[in-house]
Amino acid sequence: MVFLNYLISGIGLGSIYAIIALGYTMVYGIAKMLNFAHGDVIMVGAYICYFSMSGLSAHFEEGSLAAAVVPALAGTVLAMVVCTVLGVVIERLAYKPLRQAGSLAVLITAIGVSYFLQNAAQLLWSSSPKMFTPILSRDLQLSLPGGLSVSALTILTVVVCIVIMVGLTLFTGRTKMGKAMRACSEDKAAAQLMGIDVNRTISMTFAIGSALAAVAGVLYLSTYPSLVPTTGSMPGIKAFTAAVFGGIGSIPGALLGGLLLGIIEILAGGYISTQLQTAIVFAVLIVVLLVKPAGLLGKVVREKV
Amino acid sequence: MSNKRPETKLVPVPSVNKIPERDVDKSPILEAQHLGIDFGGLTAVNEFNMAIGRTEIAGLIGPNGAGKTTVFNLLTKVYQPTRGTILLDGMDTHNMNTVQVNRAGIARTFQNIRLFDNLSVEDNVKIGMHNAIHSGVLSSVLRLPSYWREEKIAHERALELLSIFDMQDLAGAKAGSLPYGAQRRLEIVRALGTNPSLLLLDEPAAGMNPSETAELMENIVKIRDTFQIAILLIEHDMSLVMGICEGICVLNFGQIIAKGTPTEIQNNPEVIKAYLGGGKEA
Repeated sequence: MVFLNYLISGIGLGSIYAIIALGYTMVYGIAKMLNFAHGDVIMVGAYICYFSMSGLSAHFEEGSLAAAVVPALAGTVLAMVVCTVLGVVIERLAYKPLRQAGSLAVLITAIGVSYFLQNAAQLLWSSSPKMFTPILSRDLQLSLPGGLSVSALTILTVVVCIVIMVGLTLFTGRTKMGKAMRACSEDKAAAQLMGIDVNRTISMTFAIGSALAAVAGVLYLSTYPSLVPTTGSMPGIKAFTAAVFGGIGSIPGALLGGLLLGIIEILAGGYISTQLQTAIVFAVLIVVLLVKPAGLLGKVVREKV
Repeated sequence: MSNKRPETKLVPVPSVNKIPERDVDKSPILEAQHLGIDFGGLTAVNEFNMAIGRTEIAGLIGPNGAGKTTVFNLLTKVYQPTRGTILLDGMDTHNMNTVQVNRAGIARTFQNIRLFDNLSVEDNVKIGMHNAIHSGVLSSVLRLPSYWREEKIAHERALELLSIFDMQDLAGAKAGSLPYGAQRRLEIVRALGTNPSLLLLDEPAAGMNPSETAELMENIVKIRDTFQIAILLIEHDMSLVMGICEGICVLNFGQIIAKGTPTEIQNNPEVIKAYLGGGKEA
């Protein structure tokens, strides 16, 4: 029973990692760069949602249905909009000028953008922790037979993750833009010569990834409510790990990696030690990469000679 | 599946030997004037002047490293020219980028095959039609009637184009899984998907055996006749170049050393010197 409870919360946490990992994996797949500022976009999204929720909730009667739904929904949507714009602006200002530069220059720039966002947040919103109001009350629990209980928040997280996964799979498989993305991820120069606007495609990827980061931020802070300017870095790093774990560049890989990472983390915390749980997560990553260097679902890239 | 094969709407193939009159002098589709590019201090191409007629098959030949592919990269704006003008259908492409040049009507294939290996053969061709498909995100994801309508048109067009090389049965296969020759042919089909008025072929016969090359020659002529487009090709296989090109331009060290009909080129002492190295003493 305890094990099942751990498993359920592991899947909940893993779903959040999976949503963040999608942002890393899509940007890596198409722009071939690691966007280390992705984790901090989560933080910005969480702040936007926090402020709009606390601003809006005053206008609603306490305890009413509208007070529970409207601020949370509006806050999430606003966070998605702001993060989408932020992601596109970051790409345009920081990464686009480096399109022809080496990957190391882009990597360092991404780390710079990450620190810039953290410090800007500290300047704007101070470093004192804010208590994030969960978008669904943690008291809402669904009791299952056998003494199991699942929080509504966990169910919402898993459902959102599934919807995003299905949506993205359909998007990349069926739409013109999705096909353009797949073409760009394989050969940008050839795609350009087929009339695909590569810059627009990369912008679109950042927009989608950042909107997902906002969603993930809201869900993550609903579970772990302490909000500070460095909040985004830990889930960011872990989701990056999840993306590598599942095979970076692969959308199903991000889902699998995220879920496994979440489950391992919760089980390690539950059965071994909460202090060691993060260390165990990264130890598992190291072992997986030793056995399968391209990640679980990643393709081994053969160098053509 | 073969009974479902759509009727080909292509006109019959004329004989390879029947070369139509050159129409280069009546408003050419492409005019390169004093085109040149430097890489650092090195002049890769200089004073490149060439005009291609609207339905002409033209050849660009020259020894390895002569700058042939660089000319293709200049025409498609992969490189921005250092000097000179490119007029596409009378329009200056000075301010255009690669995508805009493609939309304006230049499509190309690559010396080393660059297909989207993980996409299906059909999707590779449809990527080329990218600009003609208008379905929005919502109608594509939800598969609304407008999506099906456009998808049907794109699907039929893709099969029709594939049928040029009799490849319509391979539509569902992954592009990367095709044999080498089929990949080369698919690259041409994918380029045709962008509906070009000028098709650039970079060594289309590379790695093909004589019978495959002969078939390719027929198909290049067939493409020109069917779509009424201009084709500029780089090729080392002289049987192909001399067999189907109406006008030939010879490049050596980035400079044009000869221009003319196949017969003129074959008898040009400069060309013979460039290919054999040195004059009579060689």
